[in-house]
Amino acid sequence: MSLGALLLIVIVLAILGAVAGRRRALGLVGGDKRALHSLPGHYGQVVFLFTAVPALVLTGLWLFLAPLLIDRMSSESLVGSSLTDDTAMTLVMTDVRRIARGLEVLSANGSLSESDISQMRADFSNVRVRMAEAGVALGADVGPQVFEAAKVYRDYSNTSRVLMNIAVIAVAIAGLFWSLTRISKDYRARNASEKFTVVMLIAASLVAVLTTFGIVFSLVFETYNFFRMHSAADFFFGLVWNPQFRGGSELGILPLLWGTFYVSFVALLFAVPIGLLAAIYMAEYASKPMRSVAKPLLELLAGIPTIVYGLFALITVGPFLRDYFAQPLGLGNSSSSVLTAGIVMGIMLIPFVSSLSDDIINAVPQSLRDGAYGLGSTRSETIRQVVMPAALPGIVGAVLLAASRAIGETMIVVMGAGAAAKLGLNPLEAMTTVTVKIVSQLTGDTEFASPETLVAFALGLTLFVFTLGLNIVALYIVRKYREQYE
Amino acid sequence: MNVSVNLENDVDLAQHKIVAKNVQVYYGEKHAIKDVNINIQPCSVTAFIGPSGCGKSTFLRTLNRMNDTIDICRVEGNISIDGENIYDPRVDPVQLRAKVGMVFQKPNPFPKSIYENVAYGPRIHGLTRTKAELDEVVSASLQKAGLWNEVKDRLDEGGTGLSGGQQQRLCIARAIAVSPEVILMDEPCSALDPIATAKVEELIDELRSNYTIVIVTHSMQQAARVSQRTAFFHLGNLVEEGATQDIFTNPQDKRTQDYITGRFG
Amino acid sequence: MTDVAISPTKSIYNPDARTRRRNAAEMRFRLYGLSAVVVGLVALVILLWSILASGLGSFSQAFITIDVPLTASVLDKSGTRDVEELKKVSTVGYGNVLRVALMEQLARDKVDTADVSEKEIFDLLSKEAPATLRNMVLADPSLVGQTIKFKTYANGRVDGYFKGRVTLESAKLDSNITPGQLLLAERMQDAGILTSGFNWDFFFGPDASDLRPEAAGLGIAFIGSAYMMLIVLVLAVPIGVAASIYLEEFAPKNKFTDLIEVNISNLAAVPSIVFGILGLAVFINFMGMPQSASLVGGLVLTLMTLPTIIIATRAALRAVPPSIRDAALGVGASKMQSIFHHVLPLAAPGILTGTIIGLAQALGETAPLLLIGMVSFVRSFPGAPPEGFLDPAAALPVQVYNWTQRGDPAFVERASGAIIVLLIFLVVMNLVAIVLRRRFERRW
Repeated sequence: MSLGALLLIVIVLAILGAVAGRRRALGLVGGDKRALHSLPGHYGQVVFLFTAVPALVLTGLWLFLAPLLIDRMSSESLVGSSLTDDTAMTLVMTDVRRIARGLEVLSANGSLSESDISQMRADFSNVRVRMAEAGVALGADVGPQVFEAAKVYRDYSNTSRVLMNIAVIAVAIAGLFWSLTRISKDYRARNASEKFTVVMLIAASLVAVLTTFGIVFSLVFETYNFFRMHSAADFFFGLVWNPQFRGGSELGILPLLWGTFYVSFVALLFAVPIGLLAAIYMAEYASKPMRSVAKPLLELLAGIPTIVYGLFALITVGPFLRDYFAQPLGLGNSSSSVLTAGIVMGIMLIPFVSSLSDDIINAVPQSLRDGAYGLGSTRSETIRQVVMPAALPGIVGAVLLAASRAIGETMIVVMGAGAAAKLGLNPLEAMTTVTVKIVSQLTGDTEFASPETLVAFALGLTLFVFTLGLNIVALYIVRKYREQYE
Repeated sequence: MNVSVNLENDVDLAQHKIVAKNVQVYYGEKHAIKDVNINIQPCSVTAFIGPSGCGKSTFLRTLNRMNDTIDICRVEGNISIDGENIYDPRVDPVQLRAKVGMVFQKPNPFPKSIYENVAYGPRIHGLTRTKAELDEVVSASLQKAGLWNEVKDRLDEGGTGLSGGQQQRLCIARAIAVSPEVILMDEPCSALDPIATAKVEELIDELRSNYTIVIVTHSMQQAARVSQRTAFFHLGNLVEEGATQDIFTNPQDKRTQDYITGRFG
Repeated sequence: MTDVAISPTKSIYNPDARTRRRNAAEMRFRLYGLSAVVVGLVALVILLWSILASGLGSFSQAFITIDVPLTASVLDKSGTRDVEELKKVSTVGYGNVLRVALMEQLARDKVDTADVSEKEIFDLLSKEAPATLRNMVLADPSLVGQTIKFKTYANGRVDGYFKGRVTLESAKLDSNITPGQLLLAERMQDAGILTSGFNWDFFFGPDASDLRPEAAGLGIAFIGSAYMMLIVLVLAVPIGVAASIYLEEFAPKNKFTDLIEVNISNLAAVPSIVFGILGLAVFINFMGMPQSASLVGGLVLTLMTLPTIIIATRAALRAVPPSIRDAALGVGASKMQSIFHHVLPLAAPGILTGTIIGLAQALGETAPLLLIGMVSFVRSFPGAPPEGFLDPAAALPVQVYNWTQRGDPAFVERASGAIIVLLIFLVVMNLVAIVLRRRFERRW
């Protein structure tokens, strides 16, 4: 039974339960719904919720937890082999899962019967060919033991699937009957259903917290694995980034951080003055018709996906800078460079800076402007000497938010900054950033459980910490600033 | 300096400081000020009174072209100060506002130090050449505003840290520092408590010997206390204008009478 | 009391030197502001123009149409028309059929082929052509023995020649094409064998490998993106709205709800690539979901979009005045009823607008999808949902990235074309959002 079918069954049960609940409630009072505590519909709602929700929660938990258990149990069949080390184990388990999935595909499309599978042996039969048919490419070192573990794995997952189906349907039916029996004339169905709803609302708002936990957990966990394989000192203080397929990589983060900050700095150098001046012009000078045209157009820049900016860097800005600046000046001949990525990212950040600054400038009370005008200030004097100093904290916050955006930006630097990890000053040279390396290390062909791949998580954690720190500081400053004028 | 000259009797001798003729103000479609004619005497306090929304504040703001900062506002007619039309295209509102200062309803010190607040005007207009001169202007202005003794030891502290009444007097000092000839006050005491109000009123009375003051007020008692001349506005019209005593004791117009006796407003 | 030196009264008609200087500074400042706005707008124009200029070409395509005799003795030696038997003839065999047919066609139409070798002539056809023909025959064995009109793509270089991307000069330096071939292509155009037309396959066809840019299409990327948007819609909207209702209407003010609030505002600013790492670590490695699947992509995008939807929904709920709630409570409705019957319907336009903007954001998101394997080369269309959610798929923005990473410049044209399509979708979504806001916005 597929997952879809299972969910459908649960929903159908719940709907049937709702109809039954409503009927039962009306039946208890002989059809006179005034005698009921709640509306008949509420009794239906209660049954629906008690039938569907626990069953669905169980399904979710099962899907989430079962793989863990199955992993552990099927890895027991590998015990005794030479795999003492956890890392190697993780590696092998990946293979086990892939083979198991391949077997499942083959048995599902009928090209392999159950007895075929049980007779299949890694060292004799054409496992590799059959697996390739199912779209699973196997490495060279898949031994018979791994293959056996895969079979065990597959058995366990099939059993788990069946057990889950039974358990979920049982829970749904139990919920249905239990809630039906609770219905009586004085049962406060509305209160029950509403309480239940509030619980669900709380659960929904917990998704955000769970997401954060998920992020932190996955980053920290894999980073921990990374540091068990690779020296932390090299990562934090190494000046060379040079991953090798065969191990012995130098994975120093400093060249990447340098590239990240250099590109972000160029972007901010471009975006902050332009964004800020544009915001000032829009807020204080622009005529109404101009504002109504130019403002949405500028905001359009914010709605354009970053991949578009990346392509822009790749096909327009990069070649332009190379042909008209880098080559004539003898400063390099690469179309991807710090300046390319920085300028394009700067363009992306203009609307971000300008709309934040706009909010902040507008939060400065009109009375301050009046005070300055009343003394005979010109507009620009009022802006520079009264509005800007008053808005400064807010603007600092906005710049920090923009910086956090710039540091975390991926596609523009992937397509515009280049891949060479360098500690250089020449802005027309290609350099690379943390995000570029996260992408390249996680989309490459290296083994997952190697330091070359896991370093991406350490990079991700660094990125997360930096951006989070910037955000918290920025939001704090902006909030303090707002409070000042409220 | 604390000379109280009773100007009420010799107003006629003085030349008019401000002359407004057929002034119309429009906010978009709305006709906010309808054909106002008024003459304002130098070195005296003129009070504008009237119910809310009667246009008194709007009219006040036309006198130093503060309405220029509002896009939809349009002014017609003729307002001259010392015989010069302030709506003449040659006039730079910036220079005009140095001559016609303004104090607002809500105290609005800049988020800077007390010293910087007062020094701001002289700085932008380039009124002083040296730091010593500027110091002198600041202390003189604070003294005239009666705030010197309260703040002389903490000129470097923020202007927003003062009490409401002190803030308003700081704003008055700030306006005086540019040496204006006219000071416009838009309900300067409406955000203050009675004690602070009394201090500001006292200050206004002192200032009128050197400055032409126009004050908008909600409170008829205040108008009676501080002003020599009073103008009553109603629904955008200037209903009646005259010596304060006359307006309060012997109003010519029924509407004025109704207003000062509390029938509406 | 000291009297400070006061400058004598001057006429306000004549600005003094200082005022003139200040006004000049004013003008300069104003000019800076104006130029900042202009820089922003010019950047927008150049951006759009460069994408349009390089991408519009991908919508049209050079096709070659020839009569192909599908000789039974070559293609079906057994004579049974059995598909398994037909499969024995490889694409190379079909290539030979095509080559012969093309030569005959050129001879029939009296196209001068003097200075071009037969191999070079055959190379004018897309490398995809034999496979297309083979698939046609396998799908309909009765074609064997007939002569069919077969329309296929011209080679990407030839296509580029008619769009101006390839010139006779550049062909001299190009190992994949010769000027002679291009001139022949021109003669073929005159003879009506080679035509240009709207390229539907760009929208509906699957991706193609490095050597066949002319055959690459967006079909799978469309489906992948559509699946992911569906998942985002189904998951993010209910969860987002439910969370907003709780936080805005029910949540007590305490540490716990503060934590949630801080969480949401920070999640909104977490770089998108971190969500990709989350997807890789949790959904793929931990829970064992397949790579490249639209389900994983949809889940990652859901988590990413959630803060946007929550923030928009809360703003919409907050905009409904408390008097409405009081009115409902006043007639004896429960809090839940007042919210679901009155507040939520009134906030619906705002919620909808926020949702569309969130979806538009998700549609254009690339970085996290790269990490969950959506960048891999997918040739087969995913199945129907729900099982199809687990099949490998591509996504529009990822397809763009994918194409830019390939050698042939023809792919850059495709990538820009795909961007145009993506931008059209985004513009439509944003317009809908704007119209909705205009239409239903209520000022209380």
